[in-house]
Amino acid sequence: MSGAGDIAVLGAGMHPWGKWGRSFVEYGTVAARAALADAGLDWPDVRSVVGAATVRGGYPGYVAGATFARALGWQGARVTSVYAACASGAQAINTARAQILSGMAEVVLVVGADAAPKGFFAPAGGERPDDPDWLRFRVLGATNPAYFGLYARRRMALHGDTPDDFARVKVKNAAAGALNPYARYRKAVSAEEVAASAVVADPLRLLDICATSDGAAALVLCGMDYARRHGAVDPVRIRAVSTVTPTYPNTVLDLPDIATDSAVAAEPSPYSFRASIARAAYEEAGIGPEDLSLAEVYDLSTALELEWYEDLGLCGAGEGAKLVREGVTALGGRVPVNASGGLASFGEAVPAQAIAQVCELTWQLRGTAGERQIDGARTGITANQGLFGHGSSVIAVR
Amino acid sequence: MTRMRTPVVAGWFTEAEDEGFRLLGTRCSACASVFFPREDSFCRNPGCAGRELTEVPLSRRGRVWSYTDGRYRPPAPYVFDPEAVWQPYTLVAVELEAERMVVLGQAVPGVTTADLAVGMEVEVVPGVLNEEAGTTWTTWHWRPVEAGA
Repeated sequence: MSGAGDIAVLGAGMHPWGKWGRSFVEYGTVAARAALADAGLDWPDVRSVVGAATVRGGYPGYVAGATFARALGWQGARVTSVYAACASGAQAINTARAQILSGMAEVVLVVGADAAPKGFFAPAGGERPDDPDWLRFRVLGATNPAYFGLYARRRMALHGDTPDDFARVKVKNAAAGALNPYARYRKAVSAEEVAASAVVADPLRLLDICATSDGAAALVLCGMDYARRHGAVDPVRIRAVSTVTPTYPNTVLDLPDIATDSAVAAEPSPYSFRASIARAAYEEAGIGPEDLSLAEVYDLSTALELEWYEDLGLCGAGEGAKLVREGVTALGGRVPVNASGGLASFGEAVPAQAIAQVCELTWQLRGTAGERQIDGARTGITANQGLFGHGSSVIAVR
Repeated sequence: MTRMRTPVVAGWFTEAEDEGFRLLGTRCSACASVFFPREDSFCRNPGCAGRELTEVPLSRRGRVWSYTDGRYRPPAPYVFDPEAVWQPYTLVAVELEAERMVVLGQAVPGVTTADLAVGMEVEVVPGVLNEEAGTTWTTWHWRPVEAGA
């Protein structure tokens, strides 16, 4: 494996997920301080801060990098704020990486935090008929779970997945999340409990769909030389960050679209957008799915986790349900997926989520993940997809 | 009180209330790519420099790509009567063969997920999204094609 483009993870930190009723600024500051302490650095040592933005915190949310820098105490660091919906965290990590590899900064603090309202995510207010996100609610009432329901039903028709298969994903992730002190939901869930929960978007039930949460995650990233000088001789390394967009024509109905592209004039890629996200990461890292010790994927719904198995190449098309039935992706299985407990146990704190995935890889590769530790973990991947065509995948190695 | 029938979005479908009802997209005159919702300024095919897009009616019929429903009230700007008992609505994603694309829409009222199957033939029909003082907001609905129709 090559390592010329590696950067080191010097520190990782989180604020526990939940519904705490406080500001995203407070959550982000707690996570940032935890990551700095984990790195053994003082805040003034950091010369660049990258904030993953939130659209739910007013103006301070749009300028998250400066918001966190101010909360930690102005010290003159270079600042960047990025937004890419659910993929914002990966964009923040990639921005930090570009600064480190180009020599613009030696050590960078990356922070993402959110305070989410209860219930469905809603579009920004006002009368905005030019905004596809506004239109899908106004014209169709198409919530995020509605899209998850469409994908789940399509799997049932194409691959023979059943609601029991979807429930197995929840049972697996809840069991892992019960072992994670940062998870919002920390108790085991049975298949019967999933089946008894209310249908939200047929065929998906409440316990098939991730909640919306408060939470924050942060990383301290630096160059390999800086890490060595700082005494970290064998740090977790980020080897690839994929931030790809779809290719035209995109033939899978993506949020927040009302229709797909037309494939009349151009042949679709043989790889779906989600599959292309992981392929770009594998290519950059020079590894393949057979090298993975673990994966953290964006289980917005139970059924979507099964799609990620296929998109990451853990199995062939349509074989996702077989993997969860056989326990391949559970803790103790061949390739545990969502050892953190996933969104099923955390709920979604949008700009924090892709950063939190990398925190889990970091702890697993360090061997400090406690009761949910995967023996001998050496290589991990994260995968995530943001509204409006944002790919996100990070490969970390040790 | 009479209400004015007004499309919820201008230019997305014809005004016809009968058999002539169609979704309206645009077609690139250079590469023939079809767009819905309509693109009027640029072709989005990266291999095409087309700038001339003309309005085109989409296929009346297609096949169900997938379907779901909304069991809980969605947030605004979806409009509903807060006094009324919530009635779940069904959403259908429909594959149009000629256009090689999938278009989402609500099913006609009364059609539930139990009435649908992936691959089933459906057709586009005029529908009402919501009514308020002076205005009936119109939309498109998907309706299963009766066997033999």
